[in-house]
Amino acid sequence: MAESPFKADIERAQKELTEKMTPGAIAYIPGSSVINKTGSWRVFKPEFNKDKCVRCFLCYTYCPEPAIYLDEENYPVFDYDYCKGCGICANECPTKAITMVREVK
Amino acid sequence: MPMKKVMKGNEAAAWAAKLAKPKVIAAFPITPSTLVPEKISEFVANGELDAEFIKVESEHSAISACVGASAAGVRTFTATASQGLALMHEILFIAAGMRLPIVMAIGNRALSAPINIWNDWQDTISERDTGWIQFYAENNQEALDLILIAFKVAEDERVLLPAMTGFDAFILTHTVEPVEIPDQELVDEFLGEYKPKHAYLDPKRPITQGTLGFPAHYMEARYKVWEAMENAREVIKEAFEEFEKKFGRKYQMVEEYKTDDAEIIMITMGSLAGTLKEFVDKKREEGVKIGAAKITVYRPFPIEEIRALAKKAKVLAILEKDVSFGSGGAVFADVARSLINEKEKPIILDFIIGLGGRDVTFEQLEEALGIAEKAIKEGVEEDVYWIGLRKEIL
Ligand code: SF4
Ligand code: SF4
Repeated sequence: MAESPFKADIERAQKELTEKMTPGAIAYIPGSSVINKTGSWRVFKPEFNKDKCVRCFLCYTYCPEPAIYLDEENYPVFDYDYCKGCGICANECPTKAITMVREVK
Repeated sequence: MPMKKVMKGNEAAAWAAKLAKPKVIAAFPITPSTLVPEKISEFVANGELDAEFIKVESEHSAISACVGASAAGVRTFTATASQGLALMHEILFIAAGMRLPIVMAIGNRALSAPINIWNDWQDTISERDTGWIQFYAENNQEALDLILIAFKVAEDERVLLPAMTGFDAFILTHTVEPVEIPDQELVDEFLGEYKPKHAYLDPKRPITQGTLGFPAHYMEARYKVWEAMENAREVIKEAFEEFEKKFGRKYQMVEEYKTDDAEIIMITMGSLAGTLKEFVDKKREEGVKIGAAKITVYRPFPIEEIRALAKKAKVLAILEKDVSFGSGGAVFADVARSLINEKEKPIILDFIIGLGGRDVTFEQLEEALGIAEKAIKEGVEEDVYWIGLRKEIL
């Protein structure tokens, strides 16, 4: 899997947020949500079938996290650190290129 | 020169808001506080107050809009009562946790069921643990003054907590009294401009407010609210002093009335304090050693002041218009808690009185006094006394 494009932000936010409690727990940096890895909440995991994908971006558009980004060829890449397994991408995909599978068998 | 006007408590609250010059007011009409936003919207429409007045579809939205505005960094105000305040409940915690110094006027009213629009304190008492500072006004002048003081305290950098000022439904909200409206210039000096360093909107420097607090952070964030509430004790006293210097009216965390040689001190809040002082005068003429104390600031609870008061008397009798079902009165619990580790403490009596707008009469106060006198000689008979209860219809 390709590396998250937010890696640098995550590290910076992680540092600032753990060092000092601010009034109102405000994070004086943008993008603090990237350190809250929502992937651990997941029960179902989207599985991607590249052969069926028509690169319509619908999954990318609808993902609420957003845990999908696009690779150089504009295929979706799923970031399992943040994918909470809601299944919206699978539901929106017109070609059924995404299927939700139970994480633990 | 300050101007004197005869006005209802609700108008006094609206005037306080006008003088404080909030930039955003969001409110939903609810009895008995409807006139507060009505009057403010008039001020805004007439160009007397330069502010954004947001009409919303519920109190939940009103306070949510206030949280948004305050998080953007401007002075913010709203008003409500009873079920409206209850509907805000969820967001009240958020406002305090995000340390947003929103100020709210409350026409203290009973909660349903049965539906009752009249006065008691169940609404604000039920919100005592949300992290909001709480003031209780005895009359319309206090309603105005304590709202100004609420802004001053809430916005202090040592505090940064929201604050509510309660004034009794109908007894104050709809009753006209002469009220002195302070000079705008002096109010401007007293309050200064609100320029938050912690919460503001600046597209050039984006920040994240209302973040997720994992177990590793949540407890520290809550402790900061606790610490801010503790800091508020000093800040409130300073604000009271400065207010007295500027406007000549004196406020105290706990106001004592004829307590010096009192054997029995009756403690209450809000407009009932006025009735109680009259009652004390009457009993003093009859030679009864009785005094009164009014709690002006209920959160933070004036623990030290109550301890000092407890040293003076044999009985502290709490008269309160609220119930914590299955326990007793909320103010009683706070008073008792303040004294629990004192070596010597007076008898503390818990009187529930005047719920849902029932008039508190001298006969009822006599009844409470009788119980207090008997308690000195024969001890306490009941954990909680319901005064003025119509036992015949139970
Ligand atoms: S399952 Fe939900 S969170 Fe995960 S990638 Fe799909 S839309 Fe995004
Ligand atoms: S919605 Fe389906 S077809 Fe469209 S880009 Fe995503 S995976 Fe491919």
